[in-house]
Amino acid sequence: MRLALVWAAALAACVLFLTLGIQGPVEYALTRRATVLGAMVVAAFAHGVGTVLFHTATGNRILTPSIIGFDSMYTLMQTLTVFLFGATAIATSESIPKLLLQTGLMVAASTLLYGWLLGGRRGSVMMLLLVGVVLGLAFDSVSSFLQRLLSPTEHDILSIELFGRISAVPVEYLPLALAVCAAVAVVVWRRVHRLDVLLLGRDQATCLGVHHRRELTVVLLLVAVLVAFATALLGPMTFFGFLVATLAYRLAGDHRHRAVLPMAFGLGLLALALSQTVMEHVFDANGVLTVIIEAVGGIVFLVLLFTSRRAL
Amino acid sequence: MIKFHDVTKEYGGHRVLGPVSGRIEAGGITALIGPNGAGKSTLLSIVGRLMQPTSGGASVDGLDVRTAPTRELATRLAILSQEHRLDARITVRDLVAFGRFPHTQGRLTFGDHAHIDRALDFLELTGLQHRYLDELSGGQRQRAFVAMVLAQDTEVVLLDEPLNNLDLKHAVLIMRQLRRAADLLGRTIVIVIHDLAIAAAYADRVIALKQGQIAHSGTVEEVMTAEIVSELYETPVRILEVDGRRVPVVMP
Repeated sequence: MRLALVWAAALAACVLFLTLGIQGPVEYALTRRATVLGAMVVAAFAHGVGTVLFHTATGNRILTPSIIGFDSMYTLMQTLTVFLFGATAIATSESIPKLLLQTGLMVAASTLLYGWLLGGRRGSVMMLLLVGVVLGLAFDSVSSFLQRLLSPTEHDILSIELFGRISAVPVEYLPLALAVCAAVAVVVWRRVHRLDVLLLGRDQATCLGVHHRRELTVVLLLVAVLVAFATALLGPMTFFGFLVATLAYRLAGDHRHRAVLPMAFGLGLLALALSQTVMEHVFDANGVLTVIIEAVGGIVFLVLLFTSRRAL
Repeated sequence: MIKFHDVTKEYGGHRVLGPVSGRIEAGGITALIGPNGAGKSTLLSIVGRLMQPTSGGASVDGLDVRTAPTRELATRLAILSQEHRLDARITVRDLVAFGRFPHTQGRLTFGDHAHIDRALDFLELTGLQHRYLDELSGGQRQRAFVAMVLAQDTEVVLLDEPLNNLDLKHAVLIMRQLRRAADLLGRTIVIVIHDLAIAAAYADRVIALKQGQIAHSGTVEEVMTAEIVSELYETPVRILEVDGRRVPVVMP
């Protein structure tokens, strides 16, 4: 019921976004907007589902997947590209191989990290997070050091690259991105009941016959694929997933993943489509959507942190 | 039947258990007793495959707990551990329903709901079944977790201090249900327990551990003697006999 309502609202927002105030050739405007909408679907799915899965795997609901350094790693990769090959390289090298290479690097790095930390004798999620945070900080420092050495022009081009850019995704990336999301959705849906069991923690899950470490590895890999891909495609979005997941827990009214995951996806789409429509038509400000969402997300994060009675 | 052979557990070279070997015959209630740090929970966790032994191994119904598929083990062996993680808001009924997971992989049938109702009823939780776990007292929550383990409906049930946080009424309630499961359904039940009076009243056999070794093993009559218990806990204890039952009493 609640799910149907949220999805109805999300679809309405999508239609609104596609059709509101079209000027000039209809076909051109629709194509352009459909591309942006496609990027929104990818962002909503990757960050919404990715964050809920990450919360389940880590047993902690105030984390965001990027805490293990995706954003920082992305920033470092972009900065390094500009630093080594100049600003023209980053502007001219937009291509699917580059996207896949960046995703692959981030997934490989996180898989190494997971395998090492969860497989080893002192493996624990807490250790993983700690190392992730430290690595993230290290990446950030290297990035900001390198950024100081760039010329102002190069720095400008880099900054554009480092903002979320949902409204400027090349259309040829979308089929691939949607296919990745669909593939992840199938894998997740097949283990949706096992995900519920993971909520009970390692001992209970083992008792109930779920191979805890294997499931944890699979889930974290899925998170890595989703978040790394979305980051490479759309730029960093730290708080969006957290915002959507937190609202989804409240609104789903059910702890089961089969309720929470579609809710997070729907809420994400609703938030993106609605705010993009408002930005474009009310404030006439295109392209700053992710900045706004990050700001709202950050504030919600703080409010929850300070007001929540029990641990999130 | 549970078997374990040459089981040891070490943390950073410090041995907390073993080597211990033994077997627990099918059927009846076996109480693991002993002072803190004797290795009771460690042994139970190793048999319940929640912990890997440093050496040695254990088997349940002939299945090696380290190598048998965890999903198959879950239909034969349930274990209640001491620590429960709770991030999600889950109702009592939903928690107990998780006990059916090994049999259903998440899709509950009519028969599963009957199992859940029975487990709730056994632990007097029917009235609380729609409450959220984080709204319950520690004792009520403990009963919900015991109900989940019972709903799992396995031959072997391992319980690590199931009477934690429970008042006398509910401690006795749980022990009576365990007694019933052992007598009527032929279940093999192993519990780690600190209350010697309750252990003596409800258990068939007692395994006493001390400093990582099995100090004594046998029937309640054999192990619950003043001499053995006093030495085990290094505390003077007298054993009274009331209506043919052993009752340990602490001397001030």
